[in-house]
Amino acid sequence: MIALKVNGISRQFNGDPKMPLLWYLRDELGLTGSKFGCGEALCGTCTVHLGGEAVRSCVTSVADAAGREVTTIEGLDSDGNHPVQRAWRAENVPQCGYCQAGQIMQAAALLQANPDPSDEEIIEGMEGNICRCGTYQRIHAAVRTAAKEV
Amino acid sequence: MAQIINVSRRDMLKAAGASGALVLGAHLAPRAMFGEAQAAGASAAPNFFVSIDGSGAVTLTCSRSEMGQGVRTGMPMIIADEMEADWNRVKIWQAPGDPAKYDPPGKDAQNTDGSRSTRHGFDAMREMGASARYVLEQAAAKKWGVGAAEVYAKDHRVYHSGSGKSLGFGQLAGAAADIKVPTGDAKPKLKHPSEWKYIGKDMPVVDNFDITTGGASFGADVSIPGMKIAVVARSPVYRGKVKSFDATEALKVQGVEQVVEIPALADDKGAEFRALGGVAVVGSNTWSVMQGREKLKIDWDLGPHVAHDSSTYDDALRASAKKGGLKIRDRGDVDLAMKAASKVVEAEYFVPYFIHTPMEPPVAVVDASRTPVKVIAATQSPNQARHYVAEALGMDKKDVECEVTLLGGGFGRKSKADFICEAAIVSKEIGAPVRMQWTREDEIRNGFYHAACAQHLSAGLDADGKVTAWKQSGAWPSIVGLWNPVAKNGFGIEFGLGLVDLPYNSVPNIRIENGAEDIMIRVGWYRSVNNIQHAYAMNCFANELATAAGRDPLEMLLELIGDADNMDLAKDGVEKYWNYGDSIADWPIMPNRLSNALRAVAEKSGYGKAMPKGHGLGLACHRSFQSYVATAVHAVVHDDGSLHIPRVDVAIDCGRYVNPEGIRKQIEGAVIYGNTVARHGKITTTKGAVDQSNFDDYPVTRISDAPLDVQVHIVEDFLHLRPCGVGEPGVPPFAPALVNAIFDATGKRIYQLPVGDQLKKI
Repeated sequence: MIALKVNGISRQFNGDPKMPLLWYLRDELGLTGSKFGCGEALCGTCTVHLGGEAVRSCVTSVADAAGREVTTIEGLDSDGNHPVQRAWRAENVPQCGYCQAGQIMQAAALLQANPDPSDEEIIEGMEGNICRCGTYQRIHAAVRTAAKEV
Repeated sequence: MAQIINVSRRDMLKAAGASGALVLGAHLAPRAMFGEAQAAGASAAPNFFVSIDGSGAVTLTCSRSEMGQGVRTGMPMIIADEMEADWNRVKIWQAPGDPAKYDPPGKDAQNTDGSRSTRHGFDAMREMGASARYVLEQAAAKKWGVGAAEVYAKDHRVYHSGSGKSLGFGQLAGAAADIKVPTGDAKPKLKHPSEWKYIGKDMPVVDNFDITTGGASFGADVSIPGMKIAVVARSPVYRGKVKSFDATEALKVQGVEQVVEIPALADDKGAEFRALGGVAVVGSNTWSVMQGREKLKIDWDLGPHVAHDSSTYDDALRASAKKGGLKIRDRGDVDLAMKAASKVVEAEYFVPYFIHTPMEPPVAVVDASRTPVKVIAATQSPNQARHYVAEALGMDKKDVECEVTLLGGGFGRKSKADFICEAAIVSKEIGAPVRMQWTREDEIRNGFYHAACAQHLSAGLDADGKVTAWKQSGAWPSIVGLWNPVAKNGFGIEFGLGLVDLPYNSVPNIRIENGAEDIMIRVGWYRSVNNIQHAYAMNCFANELATAAGRDPLEMLLELIGDADNMDLAKDGVEKYWNYGDSIADWPIMPNRLSNALRAVAEKSGYGKAMPKGHGLGLACHRSFQSYVATAVHAVVHDDGSLHIPRVDVAIDCGRYVNPEGIRKQIEGAVIYGNTVARHGKITTTKGAVDQSNFDDYPVTRISDAPLDVQVHIVEDFLHLRPCGVGEPGVPPFAPALVNAIFDATGKRIYQLPVGDQLKKI
């Protein structure tokens, strides 16, 4: 049995410890905010925080999260008003929206580690997250906007 | 239109029953899609697109699929404006597939593709809003016992102009339910454009809060009681079949419950949007069934398409393009003009296969254990989904319902119902609801590919450097192969995607041909479709001609296009020009609008200014989906061959528009999408199987190579004309503008997309 915390709630998991966290979150806990995009840590759509750092939940096993704190988009802020979420709305970033939870979780972790990133550091920090609608211009602007608040 | 409103109202009242309360149905999908207000008190529903309840909450219907193009914001804005609703009190309800109710223009059965929601639905949505305003105003006039001319709706209330008294929409809902909407000449009047409060103004995306908090519901987020999850092992080669399989090991995986064969589609049936067959692994969670699939042992009969190697196939396309054959446009006498030319220039341009890669791979939930069958899917085309699911199950289409979730990107992939049919077949087989989940590898290896295309061009120049003859011949595997696998030529729709309508109207002699080629893979439409290769070839070749003539590329392009306000292809022997399915009288080809957009982008981008070494500015323009788009790319090519794009300017003339913020976003996104087409996208095949599988070997644009400064200029000179498409037209001009910028920077021409590492070889 694996014990972990997800969005502040203690959880126990009895299934295959190799199961990627993404599928545990989505299929077992019904937390569907984290999305499946590639399964190979290539697109960032599944990004969550593990111990406060951004990880790709599609290649992070439940065993890797044992005894640790997982935060998903649903738990980033109780009112959905984390500075990054607010900035995303202020810049009207989303198109289809599918990748945006991963983008927001990545950006939140980036700003946690580096509250005042340069333009280049924003690009480096967000490079692992793909958006096929092409919202990168607004993502870049929104990270900059959020950086003024965190 | 008016009759439809009338009929709709009657049906709606029937559906609403004696209480007058609007029944919107029970929904299984989560909150983002079905935001109807809690019905409070009596409701009015003057048509299928508007309901107003006693609290004043207004629910507007969106009957088009949202895949990021902003349709759930844009279409309801039109209704809200005409009815004088307050946008803050509006909720959006996503319609299921039912064209009799939800396709009032009657043009495309809710199939959300072809960049046509606004251009087909603008008038209809205005009428829906106007009829709602009408019943509210009439109800107020009746209550006050005054003439209808004395009342007017404004900001969610109806006012009496004499006394200044007013009633809220909610207070009027009950009485408004009894008002009949007149038809014909008496039908409710539309606002004058000067009275619009939302149309033409910026509006953020209605689903922004749900999207940024993880509450938005996409296809894969739907769960229904008793639902199983399935993945399918499919033939690596198009239309290969299962000879035999062994599921012993797969069934040992914890969580795997069943393994079910999806029968191969019969040989005499075209692929269309049908399921092609395979072996489905069914279980309780996605991870288990993915693991189980790995353990399947399948012996495939790969079939004849195993002969499809893209390296040799590409050469065949080139040869076919050069040979030409089917004449599809013929103006003047090209052969004679070429002979008389003082210079003839020839070139060949090539575009490989691409695949869509929406961030959400195809996914659908189907419950075929009940009647009517329930489909809840990320689909662009719910009624085609109903059709193909019904066919797959041997049922009548009326016994299949389809609800539409948000789509995590579409780009044309999700207008095809194959993945939904797979879910239906497996659901029927196991007698339980199924969520059919595709992986990224499935999406890349078993998709509907954008057609590879070779184009051979030649042109004659006279002594003054004017183009006197233009000959263009293209060869590609046609989409028509989905219905007719032995077809070798394209068809009218493909010809009309920017080829037969070559906009260089000043050229006196034009011939356009199509070469024949076998179809070896499943080909389908992709954001902006064949316009990509056509715009690439013609814009780059025009640039080459400018160089050959020693002329400025902008001046040359403007001369080629000219300023006529109508280009009549019938005069050039074009039979049945498709015109994106629209009337040519309503949406003529207007070269002057293309020139106008080109001039605008040249000015905005500072075309003509001196550039440092290694910098270049490239232009391209193209009409597609009735819009006129001109793009200017500023590119920098460094000594090591690396490429940087500091700025892109795009001018778009899309006629009358609804949400300028939405247009800017679509163009910003089209630039990124175009950047993938121009620099990265390439699908190849070996022995019939697609070589690529995920984002490592099929790279797409990331933030690190994205143009981050994209300036969108909405051209308003033709604002009085009908709305045109926006979702797709931004894509085609990007690649040629970039390629022309690279030439300007380096003197190197790129004759084959993607650019990839071709600049490293300079």
